[in-house]
Amino acid sequence: MHNLLTVSNLSMHFAVRGGVIPRQVGAVKAVDGVSLHIGPGETLGLVGESGCGKSTLGKAVVRLLKPTSGSINFNGTDITKMSQRALRPLRRDFQMIFQDPVESLDPRMSVRSIIEEPLLIHKIGSRSDRARMVNELLDRVGLPSSAAERYSFEFSGGQRQRIGIARALALKPKLIVCDEPVSALDVSIQSQILNLLVELQRELGLSYLFIAHDLSVVKHVSDRVAVMYLGKIVELAPSENIYRDPRHDYTKALLSAIPSTDPNASRERILLEGEIPSPIDPPRGSAFGHRIKHPRYDETIGMELPLREITPGHWVAADPCCVSADDWKKLSAQK
Amino acid sequence: MSDSKQALLVVDKLITSFDTERGFLRAVDQVSFSVPAGGTVGIVGESGCGKSVTAMSIVRLLPQPAGKIIGGHVWFKGEDLLRADDERMQNIRGGEIGVIFQEPMSALNPLHRIGRQVAEVFLLHRNISKNDAWEQALEMLKLVGIPAPEKRMMEYPHQLSGGMRQRVVIALALACRPSLVIADEPTTALDVTVQAQILDLMARLRAEMNMSMMLITHDLGVIAENCNEVVVMYAGRVVEKGPVSEIFSKPLHAYTRGLLRSMPTLDSKPKSLLPVIPGMVASLGEHVHGCRFCQRMGVPSSELRERPALIEITPSHWVENCPRCLGEHSTSNIQHRTLK
Ligand SMILES: Nc1ncnc2c1ncn2[C@@H]1O[C@H](COP(=O)(O)OP(=O)(O)OP(=O)(O)O)[C@@H](O)[C@H]1O
Ligand SMILES: Nc1ncnc2c1ncn2[C@@H]1O[C@H](COP(=O)(O)OP(=O)(O)OP(=O)(O)O)[C@@H](O)[C@H]1O
Ligand code: SF4
Ligand SMILES: [Mg+2]
Ligand SMILES: [Mg+2]
Repeated sequence: MHNLLTVSNLSMHFAVRGGVIPRQVGAVKAVDGVSLHIGPGETLGLVGESGCGKSTLGKAVVRLLKPTSGSINFNGTDITKMSQRALRPLRRDFQMIFQDPVESLDPRMSVRSIIEEPLLIHKIGSRSDRARMVNELLDRVGLPSSAAERYSFEFSGGQRQRIGIARALALKPKLIVCDEPVSALDVSIQSQILNLLVELQRELGLSYLFIAHDLSVVKHVSDRVAVMYLGKIVELAPSENIYRDPRHDYTKALLSAIPSTDPNASRERILLEGEIPSPIDPPRGSAFGHRIKHPRYDETIGMELPLREITPGHWVAADPCCVSADDWKKLSAQK
Repeated sequence: MSDSKQALLVVDKLITSFDTERGFLRAVDQVSFSVPAGGTVGIVGESGCGKSVTAMSIVRLLPQPAGKIIGGHVWFKGEDLLRADDERMQNIRGGEIGVIFQEPMSALNPLHRIGRQVAEVFLLHRNISKNDAWEQALEMLKLVGIPAPEKRMMEYPHQLSGGMRQRVVIALALACRPSLVIADEPTTALDVTVQAQILDLMARLRAEMNMSMMLITHDLGVIAENCNEVVVMYAGRVVEKGPVSEIFSKPLHAYTRGLLRSMPTLDSKPKSLLPVIPGMVASLGEHVHGCRFCQRMGVPSSELRERPALIEITPSHWVENCPRCLGEHSTSNIQHRTLK
């Protein structure tokens, strides 16, 4: 199948500065050797704890950041090293929406100007064309056309998220990176926005990279799900598989931590000891193995822990600390 | 809910309002519920429905000068806290009632070391020496699962992760072994895995100390797993309350049902459209006759002359008595005569 987005071995490191005369003293390996792909009309969910690098990965994919290494291929074009100028015509095709639309919506601009801005930048349509398009977009995301003349701060969180989505849709993108688009919203508003995203995908054939920390939300919208831990993807599989048959112990812990509204549901909760590790000074071996103080941790020091296919389409890190003994046998036999 | 006589905390027709530019806003409008000794009661509802204001009213920490309690009672062990003097309230807060507020950093002083802050609670509420207070602070930090507590005591809040800071806040709230802890969104800012650790910790401490809890959250799953009873609030009012097992399996009010249904679960069909509650949370500014939720649902408010009273549908399960929401369960035929 032809992929819309192919990310290979992508790393995004940030310099850490310190000392009396500030100079680089280390690096935050926010994203460390990530590979993934997204097909047309597909949603890839991305989950993981705070600070594991989800937003950084999302921003790198739409080239709001310049990757340290690796490659990003969008619709047949290698965009990894392109200058912002060269990227501009391509940007129409990939957009990003954020958790807190307040940050991305200029309070001094009317809603009309906010949505119209990308059209202006790309010199699309006449003035009246654009006015019509803004009205259509507002309608598309379920806002009245009277909203156009108001300012974003006059709206509720859910409405502001709709404005952000309308803006992202203006250029008819093929891919939208959704970074925690519903995390700040109440459940009732969250369901409205999720429905909107699902409908837009159905009608416009959009692809999403959908970042969230709520696993029920991710399961609801995703075709496949990638689980990230400390800058790396540790498991990636069709959504069904990952929830029914998780293979990585971190995925299992994440899933078991979801509170259920069914008071009769009895689940074995896996309580993780220790803290979310810091990407500034990551452990030298298996990051999760280190956190749970796994007896085989020492073996993993300096070892490559690549993703391998355990069943068709189901990828898991070949890490002796994090998979069952059986799976480890299968994974370590693969070369 | 439980009989008010044996309840530890009884909130009775509490009314709290804010003096704003747009006039008086009733953030809490005749809210009643109780927390039985040893019980855990969850308060749930959308943003702005008055959960935090209810909690702040109980311990009398409303933002001043705007916030005012204008009616009702808060009975704690038989004493009306709304009539207690300031000194008494200071003793109660952090003493018999531990409070964990929504914003963890607001509970911690960024300029003081962790150890000093925890020790101060003991100095304030117990007649003990500084050395003993320091020792007890150390014990408390151990109890809430902070690794290397001796070292942490010498650190400042910003040196701790979010999860660790929340543990310190819990240590502060539980230091004096209160009989009631009021926790306002104690885990909302945390990752699911850390949330699970913290809730597990609180459950253990609660059992050990035989403590009651009032847990505020907008996460219905957190309530289902941690509470015996639940109070559902909408726009400053209680619309339904009762045992968790009952409310989650047989929600009666349209709002409760809407909340439960609109959440995606691991069992919902992928990429299906979720049921939604139309409209937005009511703004407290506009005065509404009758029912605010009906107004949201688009029922003309002129049809609703009065606000429905709560009735006890099955033992301890209370819900707004109104034919539109309850259908045949309703016993009311007066208030909504005009509804068909
Ligand atoms: N511009 C930057 N400079 C230095 N470090 C950064 C920068 N941006 C992110 N980081 C660091 O990279 C790591 C990953 O951050 P990122 O925001 O991608 O995490 P996340 O998974 O999105 O977390 P959250 O769930 O909290 O949003 C963190 O340790 C963060 O502190
Ligand atoms: N200082 C204040 N001045 C004026 N109005 C206030 C003030 N504090 C709160 N309110 C109003 O009181 C109402 C209830 O607020 P409250 O903080 O109790 O909501 P909540 O249920 O805790 O919401 P959340 O889930 O967002 O924490 C809101 O409509 C809010 O606007
Ligand atoms: S129909 Fe009755 S009970 Fe239901 S929301 Fe309206 S007033 Fe409340
Ligand atoms: Mg992020
Ligand atoms: Mg609150």
